[in-house]
Amino acid sequence: MWRDPVDLSTAVQTTVAPSAPGEATAVAATRVNADLQRRAFLKSGAAAAAGLVIAFFVPVAMRKALAEETPAAAPKPPVSPNAFIRIAPDSSVTVLLKHSEMGQGIWTSIPMVIAEELGCDWSKIQVEHAPAGADYAHTAFGIQMTGGSTSTWESFDQLRTARAMAREMLLAAGASKLGAKAADCRVEQGFVVAGTKKVSFGEVAAAAAKLPAPANVKLKDAKDWTVIGKPTRRLDSKAKTTGKAEFGIDVKRPNQAVALVARAPVFGGRLKKVDATKAKAVAGVIDVVEVPSGVAVLAKHFWAAKQGRDALVLEWDAGAGAAISTPALREEYKKLAATPGAVAKTAGDVDAALKGTPNVIEADYEVPFLAHAPMEPLNCTVEFAKDGSCDIWTGTQFQGVDQMVAAKILGLKPEQVRIHTTFLGGGFGRRANPASDFIAEAVEVAKASKRTVKVVWTREDDIHGGYYRPMWLSRFRAAIGEQGKPVAWSHTIVGQSIIAGTPFASAMIKDGIDATSVEGAADSPYLATIPAHRVDLHSPTSPITVLWWRSVGHSHTAFAVESFLDELAHAARQDPLEYRRALLPADSRERRALDLAASKFGWGQPLPQGHAAGVAVHQSFGSYVAQIAEVSIEDNKVRVHRVVCAIDCGPVVNPLTVEAQMQSGIVYGLSAALHGELTVKDGKVEQSNFHDYPALRLAEAPKMEVHIVPSTDKMGGCGEPGTPPIAPAVGNAVFALTGKRLRQLPLRLA
Amino acid sequence: MKLVVNGQPHEVDAPADMPLLWVLRDIVGLTGTKFGCGMAQCGACTVHLDGQPIRSCVTPASAVAGKAITTIEGLSKDGTHPVQRAWQEADVVQCGYCQSGQIMAAAALLAVKPAPSDADIDAAMTGNLCRCGTYQRIRTAVHRAAELTKESSHVA
Repeated sequence: MWRDPVDLSTAVQTTVAPSAPGEATAVAATRVNADLQRRAFLKSGAAAAAGLVIAFFVPVAMRKALAEETPAAAPKPPVSPNAFIRIAPDSSVTVLLKHSEMGQGIWTSIPMVIAEELGCDWSKIQVEHAPAGADYAHTAFGIQMTGGSTSTWESFDQLRTARAMAREMLLAAGASKLGAKAADCRVEQGFVVAGTKKVSFGEVAAAAAKLPAPANVKLKDAKDWTVIGKPTRRLDSKAKTTGKAEFGIDVKRPNQAVALVARAPVFGGRLKKVDATKAKAVAGVIDVVEVPSGVAVLAKHFWAAKQGRDALVLEWDAGAGAAISTPALREEYKKLAATPGAVAKTAGDVDAALKGTPNVIEADYEVPFLAHAPMEPLNCTVEFAKDGSCDIWTGTQFQGVDQMVAAKILGLKPEQVRIHTTFLGGGFGRRANPASDFIAEAVEVAKASKRTVKVVWTREDDIHGGYYRPMWLSRFRAAIGEQGKPVAWSHTIVGQSIIAGTPFASAMIKDGIDATSVEGAADSPYLATIPAHRVDLHSPTSPITVLWWRSVGHSHTAFAVESFLDELAHAARQDPLEYRRALLPADSRERRALDLAASKFGWGQPLPQGHAAGVAVHQSFGSYVAQIAEVSIEDNKVRVHRVVCAIDCGPVVNPLTVEAQMQSGIVYGLSAALHGELTVKDGKVEQSNFHDYPALRLAEAPKMEVHIVPSTDKMGGCGEPGTPPIAPAVGNAVFALTGKRLRQLPLRLA
Repeated sequence: MKLVVNGQPHEVDAPADMPLLWVLRDIVGLTGTKFGCGMAQCGACTVHLDGQPIRSCVTPASAVAGKAITTIEGLSKDGTHPVQRAWQEADVVQCGYCQSGQIMAAAALLAVKPAPSDADIDAAMTGNLCRCGTYQRIRTAVHRAAELTKESSHVA
C-alpha cells in the first residue's frame, strides 16, 4: 500500500509494496510528486525479494485538465508498484523506459543517465518500454508521453536522483555484506567495492531493497561524469539490423484478425450506406463492422482485408468539408491577414512607425499542409481479457491520453487498459494525438467485432487521414532605419490552431493565442531590438484535422522570420550573417551557434562556381541551432550540397545522438523544403503515396556537418530543433545565388 | 504454392495475386520485411530473389514460387553479415523501420560491386526511403561494409 507523499527533504517512508505474481523481483519504489512550484516530495516502498526498483510520480495541471475532459479517467493513486529499473540477482540492470523510442535514441540516452549515477556495468544494461501508468507521467506535462523534444531534460535530474538513491542503497547493503563502513566503499562497474573485496549489485539488491531510501543524495558533479557526454552507440542497433525489433505492425496475437477501415474520403464526411456483400465474399474476410470512423473489414491477413475493403460499395455524405479547396483557403487566409488578429506580442506604436518611413518592406510567406508520413504506417492491436479488461499493442507517443480514451470507449477504468508500447517506426508527432485517433478506432473495431484485431493503415490511408501540419500564412510589414536595422516589425500569422478543441486548450490557449501557433515568432530574439513590433494571430477553423508535426509552430515561423529577416539584410545592403550578429546580443546562445557554424563553414570564403550559401538561426525546444546551406541549381531545381549545423543544447548526454538528430532534423526539414505539399480539392487530399508526396532520397541528401557548442547552459532538446532552420537557410542561399526570393514552401523556382 | 525462404521450404495457401510481402509477414511469419507504401516507392519491403533485390510489396508470391528468397532474417545467422556489422559500427539506425530494406539493398549492391563509389551507392540506395534521415550514416556504413567484406575475404 502506498502512503501519502511526504516531503523529500525531511522524511522518507518505507512501506511494503505488493509483489507482482510470478516475479522474483523485490521493489523499493521511490515516488516523487512535484507540484508546479517544483516542490519535491518523496515516498518509498520496499518488499522483500531479490531486486531493486525505483520510480517517480509527478502530476501537474495538464493531467488534471485531461481528467476533467474524460471523467472516466480521473487520476487515481496507482495501486501497483511501477518502476524505472530492475536489478536482477545476476546483476543485469533492466531500464524501464517511460518514453517511446521512435528513432530519437532515448533507448540509449536514458540508460546512459542511469548508468552514470548507478555505477553499473554498461554491457549488462537491458531496456524495455514501461507499461502505461501514472508513475511514468512526464515531469512537465503530467501525462505519460514522448514529445516536444523533452525526454532527456525532463527526466535528467529525476532519473539521476533516482539512480543515485539506488546507488546509495546498494552501497549500504554491500558495505554491510562486506563488513565495511559505507564510507569506505565505492561502486564500480556493477560491484560494491571495499579495498580488495567486492560484491555484485545482484547479490545485494534484495538487501538494498529493504533499506529506507536516502533522503538526500549527492549527484555526481559534471566534471566526474564518465558515461554522460561520451559518444555511445545505440542499444537497439542489433535488433534493428536483424529484423528482430518488434514494431506495432509486427504484433501477432492468438486468433487475431487484421482489419482495414474505409474512412470518409472528404473531411467531415459521414457514412450514408454500405453494401458489404462483395467484401464478405472475398476469401479470408471474417467480418465487416461499422465504427464511428467508417467501415472495418476484418480478415485472416492484411491482403484479404485490403481486397475486402476494395470490394465495399460505399455511399458517403460529404458534409461541410466538400467546400474546401486549398486555392480558396489561401485567398481566405490572405483576406484574414489584412485584418487585425489577436495580439501575441507588441511594443511601441507599429502602425505609426510604419507610416512614418518610406523604407517599408512587405512580404507574405506560405507553407502547405503536410503529412508526417512515418515509415511505419499507423496500426494498433486490441485484445480483450476474460475479465473484460483490455490489452493494446501499438507504437504510440501518447500512452497517458490513449489509455484514458480507450477506457472511456470501453467503460473501463484506465488501469484496466494495459498499453504495451512497441518500437515506433517513426513518430514525428503523428503518434501523439490528443484524440488518440488510431487507437480509439482500433478499440471501436475490437468492440464492434468482439475480436482480437490489428487495424493497419495503408500509406494512402495515412496521407489522406488528416492530422496534418497546418497550412500557414505569415504577413510581414517592416521598416528599416538609418543603419539598416529594423525599426518597425508587424507579423500577422494565419492558420488553424492545433490545440483548440483538445484537452490541452485550457492550459495552452490564453487570450485567443495558441502558444504553438506563434512560437518562434512572438518570442523571436530580434524583437527585443525593434522598438515598435507586433505579432498577431488569426486561427480559422476547418474540418481538416491538424496536429503537431516535428517542430510544431517553429516549422513555419522559422521559415517566415529567418527568410524575411534575410530580406531586410539585403534591403539594408548588409551581409546576412553580420546583420543577424548585430541584432543578437554578443553573449546569446544564438550568437554562439551562429559563430560556430560560420567559422566551420568558412562563411565568406569563395564557393564553387554556381554555388551560394544561406544562413539561418533559430531557437526551439530549448536548443539553439544555426545552419548554413550551400546550394546550386540543377535542372531548374534546388540542389543542396552541404549543410553545416551548430547546436547549443546545453550539456550533452550522447554526442552521437545529437549528431544523428541534427542530421535527421535536416533531412526531415529538407523533405518539406524541397518536396512536401498536400493540396485539397473539394474536401479531398489530392496526394496519396510517396510518388506524389515525395520525401528526400539518399541521392539528394547533402553532406552534413554537425558541431556542438560546448555549453553548461540549460539543457534543451534535440529531436526537433534541427528541422526549423533548414528551409530558410536553403531559401536564403537560393536568393544569394539567383536573386529570387522564394516565399512559399516547397521551394520552387518556376 | 511452395516458397523457399532463407533456405527453408514453405507450403503456403495464398491467393495467386497476394504480394510476397504479405505472404512473408502474415503467413510465413517473418516480420523483419516491412510494409511502407505498397507500390514499390519506398524499398522497406526489399528482399533478395536469387540474390537480386526486389520489392516484395508488388511481387505476387506465385511469381517467385520455388525460387530462392532471402529476407533480413536469412542474411546472417547472428547479425554478423558485413553490412549488419557496418550498420552497427556506424550507428546507422534511428527508428529502424526502413533498415531491413536498406540493409538488403546494400548487401545486394556489394554482391555485385565490392568497392562501390559514392555514385554507385547513390544509385543503388536512393530507392530506399528513410524518414529519419539516416542517409549520411548509410553512405558511411556501405563503404565500411565494403572494407569488412574485403577483410573477411582476406582472412578466408
